[in-house]
Amino acid sequence: MSNTQRSQKIAFFFLFLATLLILVPVGLIVVVIVQKGLPAINWQFLSDIPRQGMRAGGIFPAIIGTFYLVFGAILFALPIGLLAAIYLSEYAGNNPLNRIIKLAIVNLAGVPSVVYGLFGLALFVVFLRFGASILSGSLTLGIMILPIIITTAREALESVPQSFREVSLSLGASKWQTIRHIVLPNAIPGILTGTILGLGRAAGETAPILFTVAAFYLPRLPKSIFDQVMALPYHLYVISTQVPNVEEKIRYGTALVLLSLVLFMNLVAIIIRYNFRKRKKW
Amino acid sequence: MVKFVAKDLNIWFGQVRALKNVDIEIKANEILSIIGPSNSGKTSFLRMLNRLNDLSPGFRMGGWLGFDGEDIRKIDICGLRKRVGMVFALPLPLPLSIFENVAYGVKMHGERRRPKVCALVEHSLKQAYLWDEVKDRLDVSAFKLSGGQQQRLCIARTLAVEPEVILFDEPCSGLDPISTSKVEEAMLKLKKDYTIVLVTNNVKQAARVGDRTAFFLSGELVELDSTEKIFTNPADRRTDGYIRGEFG
Ligand SMILES: Nc1ncnc2c1ncn2[C@@H]1O[C@H](COP(=O)(O)OP(=O)(O)OP(=O)(O)O)[C@@H](O)[C@H]1O
Ligand SMILES: [Mg+2]
Repeated sequence: MSNTQRSQKIAFFFLFLATLLILVPVGLIVVVIVQKGLPAINWQFLSDIPRQGMRAGGIFPAIIGTFYLVFGAILFALPIGLLAAIYLSEYAGNNPLNRIIKLAIVNLAGVPSVVYGLFGLALFVVFLRFGASILSGSLTLGIMILPIIITTAREALESVPQSFREVSLSLGASKWQTIRHIVLPNAIPGILTGTILGLGRAAGETAPILFTVAAFYLPRLPKSIFDQVMALPYHLYVISTQVPNVEEKIRYGTALVLLSLVLFMNLVAIIIRYNFRKRKKW
Repeated sequence: MVKFVAKDLNIWFGQVRALKNVDIEIKANEILSIIGPSNSGKTSFLRMLNRLNDLSPGFRMGGWLGFDGEDIRKIDICGLRKRVGMVFALPLPLPLSIFENVAYGVKMHGERRRPKVCALVEHSLKQAYLWDEVKDRLDVSAFKLSGGQQQRLCIARTLAVEPEVILFDEPCSGLDPISTSKVEEAMLKLKKDYTIVLVTNNVKQAARVGDRTAFFLSGELVELDSTEKIFTNPADRRTDGYIRGEFG
């Protein structure tokens, strides 16, 4: 065996090892949650309201609540984030101010979620008087995921080859037509990746919804966007730490539902992305 | 009739001065070949004519450049680029089907009537000598074509918007001799309806297709004359040296 082949084998081994090191804990978490949570899953658990101080019954209001919140957050953050990304990548020049803005947005993605929670409390709940409501919670989650969406969408737009833009412009298309017909369609897979990341984060965070929407115990469905709702991550926190004597399978069952919900939403986005990628032709 | 007039044209990209005091006239319905070694400013000059240089950061121009007697900076830029089409050095199909590539410019200029678009696509593909090769698979991705076919597709795409001038930037640099002769054949046919400016690093190609030939060196226009004169009896010895292959 030659030297290059040997070093290739060694490199391959370590890369594989690193991958394994990541996969094993993730796999274990999933296995444990499925193993302990699956016994709790049945139709009643998914469709009933919580009963007996959340020690029995189902988690339907929390599922619906999380669904509404994530949907609302995406509804708010995707259009705004996309427009901002288009501005930053296509219109804003490469001057120091814009570079600082881009850097600031990237760093905003790392701000702890509880800070967003406090911000949402101050702005939406108190100042704009939306109260603790789906609206406040969605907007807070939306603001939290905006940096992720802007940054990934901007990178997706910037990765569309400059030559495509030049060709389009050289044919007399306007800048906006070029963006609309050439740049955007080719950036959609990347934009969806950002949406997937944002979605998962919005579904799983507890702190941003703690002050802005989440109800401790509210065994009915919301009637408007100004109602409070229960949400899965907060519900999980409540039954794990605040309510004594909750059966273990109910806790793990709730975690399993949350995990499945996020995976399901991701799957939908991944399928859409796959279909766009298939059409991508360079 | 004169299409383009440049008077004392100078351009810079940041600190780099890419064109120096260029005076040139481009006549309607001629093929003007531009030859010169690498870095001589050929592409930079060509990209002045449809203002594609405006996209480059740090670009500045001085002097005067007129298109049909009008200051090029005062013409609506989309309108200018519709009238002055460009074929790039590398085949650059858009990530669309063959049909949509050719129809792209047409649609961007507001033509929505399907029969009109189809007719234009067919006509343009025929002008570019590509129709027979692709007529049965118009909705296939343009990337499925060979390099030479892609380049003729790009020519068809440029023709479809019905320009007055076509700029070719080394259109055959990546092509084999047969594809090259097809592209040259298309250019010669197009001459009667279009003004053509052809940048080429292939001196023989300039001799084959150009009515007049310009020789650029380090951003300067050294000599511009009829192709015959340039290739038999050039006035400047640097031109002579270049076409003999002594430098470049
Ligand atoms: N967009 C740009 N930004 C900065 N400098 C540029 C740009 N375009 C051209 N230049 C500079 O202008 C000079 C002329 O380049 P140009 O591309 O016009 O040469 P060319 O004659 O087309 O060469 P080639 O035969 O290699 O294509 C070079 O020094 C190049 O670095
Ligand atoms: Mg060039």
